[in-house]
Amino acid sequence: MKLGVVVSEGPYTHQAADTAYHFVKAALDKGHEVPRVFFYHDGVNVSTRLSVPPQDERHIQQNWTALAQEKGIDLVVCIAAAQRRGLLDENEAKRQGKDSNNIAEGFRISGLGQLIEMGIQTDRLVMFGD
Amino acid sequence: MSETKKFLYVNRKAPYGTIYALESLEVVLIGAAFEQDVSMAFLDDGVFQLTKGQNTEAIGVKNFSPTFRALGDYEVTKLYVEMESLEERGLGPDDLQEITYEDEDDDWEEKPSIRIVSRTEMADIMADQDVVLSF
Repeated sequence: MKLGVVVSEGPYTHQAADTAYHFVKAALDKGHEVPRVFFYHDGVNVSTRLSVPPQDERHIQQNWTALAQEKGIDLVVCIAAAQRRGLLDENEAKRQGKDSNNIAEGFRISGLGQLIEMGIQTDRLVMFGD
Repeated sequence: MSETKKFLYVNRKAPYGTIYALESLEVVLIGAAFEQDVSMAFLDDGVFQLTKGQNTEAIGVKNFSPTFRALGDYEVTKLYVEMESLEERGLGPDDLQEITYEDEDDDWEEKPSIRIVSRTEMADIMADQDVVLSF
């Protein structure tokens, strides 16, 4: 089955990003496809590469980046939600006249259309949030 | 993308206090361009999103409630509001703002977009969807 996944709560504050990660891994292990994960609301905060959790804790962003690179998953961060929360890729930082960018490898910033498209193209859409 | 799916946007939270309601509406507006069969559901505190006379001046947050009245122009014409959720909050249909659309299949007659449904009917509406996005 082709699954679309949405993460809509922030990392560490909420379990959504962890549960979605375990869900995607389990689904892939079972032979399902997960072509894309969409990050929305505070879920966009997963994509910052500047997160430095204590060493004995899981690194949520790095987990996602590694999984995406290993399995070829498209990690999409909503641009409108990201801009509100100070998450910019190189292009956006330049366009907005900001001195830095912070999107981690494996993630890309794009529009909400990617969420709708995922809903159309997958068999099930699974949301992780409140 | 010729396939048409039934999309339901479920709104459960109050319009202010958290960003869910606003960012839900943003998805609906963007999603309209994809020409899917779109419905919106309002239940729990989500029914407050549609109340009339909202004034956010004192909290310094943008009042986005007028945007709901533009949904008809985006061909989003089915706004299901759960009766029990209204009643539990001391609200009734008259407390909601008037939201209409022009029905192209009926000589562009102006019709109400808000449809008050029971909890049981809401369950059936949800079961009937292909994609449910919950906010």
